[in-house]
Amino acid sequence: MISFFSNLLSANAELAITVVKIVLLLFIVLTVNAYLTWFERKVVAHIQSRWGPHRVGPHGLLQPLADGVKFLFKEDPTPAGVDKFVYYLAPLLTLTLAMTSIALIPFGPNPIRLFNHDIYLGIAPPDVNIGILALFAITALGVYGVTLAGWSSNNKYSLLGGLRSSAQMISYELAMTMSVVGVLLMAGSFNLKKIIEAQAHHPEWGIFGWNIWPQILGFFCFFVAAIAETNRAPFDLPEAESELTAGFHTEYASFKFAMFFIAEYTSMITVSCLCSILFFGGWLSPFPASWTFTHYFPSAVLIPFGLWVIWDGVRYETLFGRIILPGAGTAIAGLGALFMLWHGGNEFIQGPFWLLSKIFVFLFVYVWMRGTLPRFRYDQLMSYGWKLLLPLSIVNVIITSFVILAKMTWWGAK
Amino acid sequence: MTAPLVVFFVLAAMAVIGAISLILQKHPIHSALSLIVVMVALAGLYLLLGAEFVAAVQIIVYGGAIMVLFVFVIMLLNAGVEEHTSISKMAGAPGLLLVVALAGFVAATIAKSTESVQAAPQTAEMASTMGISNMLFKEFVYPFELTSFLILVAVLGAIVLAQREKS
Amino acid sequence: MVPTSYYVILSAILFGLGVFAFIFKRNVITIFMSIELMLNAVNLAFVAFSQALGKLDGQVFVLFVIVVAAAEAAVGLGIIILIARNRQTLNVERVDLLKL
Repeated sequence: MISFFSNLLSANAELAITVVKIVLLLFIVLTVNAYLTWFERKVVAHIQSRWGPHRVGPHGLLQPLADGVKFLFKEDPTPAGVDKFVYYLAPLLTLTLAMTSIALIPFGPNPIRLFNHDIYLGIAPPDVNIGILALFAITALGVYGVTLAGWSSNNKYSLLGGLRSSAQMISYELAMTMSVVGVLLMAGSFNLKKIIEAQAHHPEWGIFGWNIWPQILGFFCFFVAAIAETNRAPFDLPEAESELTAGFHTEYASFKFAMFFIAEYTSMITVSCLCSILFFGGWLSPFPASWTFTHYFPSAVLIPFGLWVIWDGVRYETLFGRIILPGAGTAIAGLGALFMLWHGGNEFIQGPFWLLSKIFVFLFVYVWMRGTLPRFRYDQLMSYGWKLLLPLSIVNVIITSFVILAKMTWWGAK
Repeated sequence: MTAPLVVFFVLAAMAVIGAISLILQKHPIHSALSLIVVMVALAGLYLLLGAEFVAAVQIIVYGGAIMVLFVFVIMLLNAGVEEHTSISKMAGAPGLLLVVALAGFVAATIAKSTESVQAAPQTAEMASTMGISNMLFKEFVYPFELTSFLILVAVLGAIVLAQREKS
Repeated sequence: MVPTSYYVILSAILFGLGVFAFIFKRNVITIFMSIELMLNAVNLAFVAFSQALGKLDGQVFVLFVIVVAAAEAAVGLGIIILIARNRQTLNVERVDLLKL
């Protein structure tokens, strides 16, 4: 019996590894989503000089759990007169597409070697030749979730919100795709791994080799267009509560609304990953490659953070906090110490550590923009997308192509 | 039953079921959704054929732009369930017969003549994207520029046609 | 390896279904969608032969077909909007006279 299963497993090893990776990634993405909501509420609250959730667990850390339980137990009414098939399809489609786009992102350069198989960090194999084009294809299909949700709700505010939101998404999709063309011209491939490797062309330049310096215009267009594409502030008019009574997801109650919510945060994570990979060097360290002492940077971050969490935890007001927080702090500090002592693990963790830090910085910028900027009016939004961002991204493509051509003919020939 | 053959049959079944659903659905929005299923299935078939760039372009342009246009128009015009009159019911049976005859004739002819055309070995000297862009900008540059002009004309035409009347 | 004739037979079936939808359906938008189905069937045949012959001409031509279909869809849907506005119906059988 056991030998039958082990034979089956080794014959379909690739499939089994992929299935395990998918389950693991789903779990990680859902947990990160939940804590991203906590992070957003805390940061926006502190920007607005108040506390945010701080009762439900130590520092409000169990608030996402409470929210999840609330979503599960709330009543889930289906309004009368809706088109049943499309009404149930819309949140499912949105969530599926958002999760699928995370599968295409590579999280680290080096595979783990386990049982004679190379396990890459990231579900899609690293030689997907149309990496970023496939990501844009999935984003393009994401318009349907919003449109169908707005239409099927049998509610004129939902219809208006859905049509506005999908028109916004289509307009900014153009600017988003054009602004990446500069990066693609420089890297010469759609493959995300090759784009990062093109930024490591001069390993001694460190941070100055990243794509952000030559492509500053492209980065601006891409970041703004991506925020509009994910319907986040300051482009969230179609779903703002005070405007169109929550727009296209008005008629969606507990669990289906949670699906839209999770899809929105997951696409935020995907956009942050894309910004880091395309413009900020992905898993490359900002320090030059010859400064090998900077390989201790992850430990140098984790150990003090862990110690601070322990120090904050032992003085916390509730007993639960006084147990959990020092425990978490010890785990974090222990992880940092482990990387300092285990050389092989330290080398392995360099790539994912830098990528995750950059993703975290972008998520913070997203939340910061939500807390500080006022909303665009709809006509301002559309004219901004068509009259400013699209021409700017085309200008970026033209300038980039001229510079590459000049490098190939004049400067290179000298 | 190799894996590519199984994938082909699954995608082909998805495409044919989508096309039949396009015919059998009463509401145009459900027909539009069936057509999107057909397009995604065809994109999968292009991937199976090794045409990855065309598959991505199919999903982005056809599935993500043209069909969104269709869905918008159906929503804005408030297209309802369609009615069938006696004329269309009369045209149904002979139409089906003729179409089956046409498709069967084409399929039989092709099947007889392409038995000798085996799929060429995968000579992937150039990746699909690089090869296509090479041809697009060298041999097919004139049609390429003409199609961009065509799109400009289409955009102007659509704007003029969909304007409100100035009265 | 899937034989090329399988792809072309599938393309013929889809084309036939598109023709049948064009004849049978009465809503002008659905008729337009069946035209897109026919174009897609032809695209599949192009890509299948492009792989069979080992040249990339078929795929380039598919790109042109997709672009032309996009332009045609834009203008055609504009015309459909005008029909709906002037005749207040989307049923093709009611739009069969030049004068109202």
